[in-house]
Amino acid sequence: MDIKIDNLTKNYGPQKAVDNISFEVKTGEILGFLGPNGAGKTTTMKMITNYIAVDKGDITIGGGSVRSGGEKLRKHIGYLPEHNPLYLDMAVLDYLEFSAALQGVPGHQIPERVKEMVKLCGLNAEKHKKIAELSKGYRQRVGLAQAMIHNPEILILDEPTTGLDPNQIVEIRKLIKEIGKQKTVILSTHILPEVEATCDRILIIDNGKIVADGTADNLRKQAQGQELLTTTIEDGASEAIEKALRAIPSVSAVERLENNRFEIQSKPDMSSKREVFKLCVENNWVITELTPTETKLEDIFRDLTTK
Amino acid sequence: MKSIWIIAKRELQSFFDSLIAYIMLILFLGFSGFFTWLYGTDIFLVNQASLQSFFNIAFWTLFFFIPAITMRMLAEEKKTGTIELLLTKAVSDRQVVLGKFLACFLLVAIALAFTLPYYITIANIGKVDHGAVWCGYLGLLLMSAAYISIGLFTSSITNNQIVAFLLAIFAGLFLHLIFNVLAGNFTGFLGQLFYTLSLSVHFDSLSRGVIDSRDIIYFVSIVIIGILLAELNLAKRNLTSR
Repeated sequence: MDIKIDNLTKNYGPQKAVDNISFEVKTGEILGFLGPNGAGKTTTMKMITNYIAVDKGDITIGGGSVRSGGEKLRKHIGYLPEHNPLYLDMAVLDYLEFSAALQGVPGHQIPERVKEMVKLCGLNAEKHKKIAELSKGYRQRVGLAQAMIHNPEILILDEPTTGLDPNQIVEIRKLIKEIGKQKTVILSTHILPEVEATCDRILIIDNGKIVADGTADNLRKQAQGQELLTTTIEDGASEAIEKALRAIPSVSAVERLENNRFEIQSKPDMSSKREVFKLCVENNWVITELTPTETKLEDIFRDLTTK
Repeated sequence: MKSIWIIAKRELQSFFDSLIAYIMLILFLGFSGFFTWLYGTDIFLVNQASLQSFFNIAFWTLFFFIPAITMRMLAEEKKTGTIELLLTKAVSDRQVVLGKFLACFLLVAIALAFTLPYYITIANIGKVDHGAVWCGYLGLLLMSAAYISIGLFTSSITNNQIVAFLLAIFAGLFLHLIFNVLAGNFTGFLGQLFYTLSLSVHFDSLSRGVIDSRDIIYFVSIVIIGILLAELNLAKRNLTSR
């Protein structure tokens, strides 16, 4: 099921929480929803899950609008809210059965679905415990299990890996990636490596507006623009080397970092790696380091959201 | 309908998993039993084979117990955020409210069912007016339904359980007592109005064994208004600002 968002706007009093955003998510796509706190991620997710109403614009899920048929659409959505609220007084199994029944899973399928979820989310050792007795990581797994219990076509996960230990994070990411092959997944986070590890596409939102949309590689290319190299060249006087580097036509700037270590910025859409190598061969200098500097997703994020 | 039952079942389970149900049952049976059989204007003092003294006691004990069961129903869900999870499932706001209503009502019905031995005992020691007894039970059930719906409404406007409890008692006090007192102090239209609004008047006529459609309509309309207001409060999150 595809999700299509058209000119979506939501106001909280005079404050615009979501400001005229439009995007689309296709089946089999995992969309990473990124943004600083208070950017409007959670609000957008609440509108998609039909918890709060849309002010302006529309959300269509599989062709049906949330404005008219919101309640029917909920069946197709699995939702893990922020902070993962659960009934602490219930046992894990009881809770999963309750969730399955409420989502309309036929009675005879419930035990099987519950069993499958317990296995998938690694809850077997804890399944008879009350949710209140579980650690945060296990509660998060229960939250994920209840979101997926009715095998929904759409999964909306609001910060799914908060509170998990590194091993669990890797497992949950693997799980989301696996599930995302057949489903439409939107997950929000502000952990950047997580987006790179799990998502096919990244949407960065700031102050209720979309500021970037694309794959991690695309965003990097956009942000990078010019090639940046760090190199160490030995067996020559640093002044001479610097002078020679500056003379290369594709180089726009050279900065000496340490004695024989330089940062070379190329002109837009040009690469200087080969020229640097040739230069060294001609002068009998030795290259001991030549590293292209990648723009980190962190930098893109900070650049886009701190204006 | 199925969703309502699923929600009600979960609530009932949580009543019995926590001590709430047992405490409520023990206190209710203890209080009403003590005053029906042992103390005050008990059955032996009245010396009639009637459950009137029990109904008078239950009238007051339920008045205090019902807000204690309803106070957490929506307030706690709102406080812990579980309401968000519940309302994003394939259920409507009304089904949620009705499910919670049904759970509370069943708990009260169970408590009342445990007092049936009183009825059997009295039927064995004297000639009891069976019609009046069943009408009395009907009156207690209708009154409970009315207070449950009021309790659900007050629970829906706050996320603090104590506030919900106090508001329910406050609202209930008008129906239970104050309107009746006011009815005695006013004459003419106002007097008639307060008389009609007073819950105790309607309950008294039922517990004497008179089924009047006006009494039934009175209780049912309180139930409907309470449930609708609670539902409206849940739906408030959906209001769009323009």
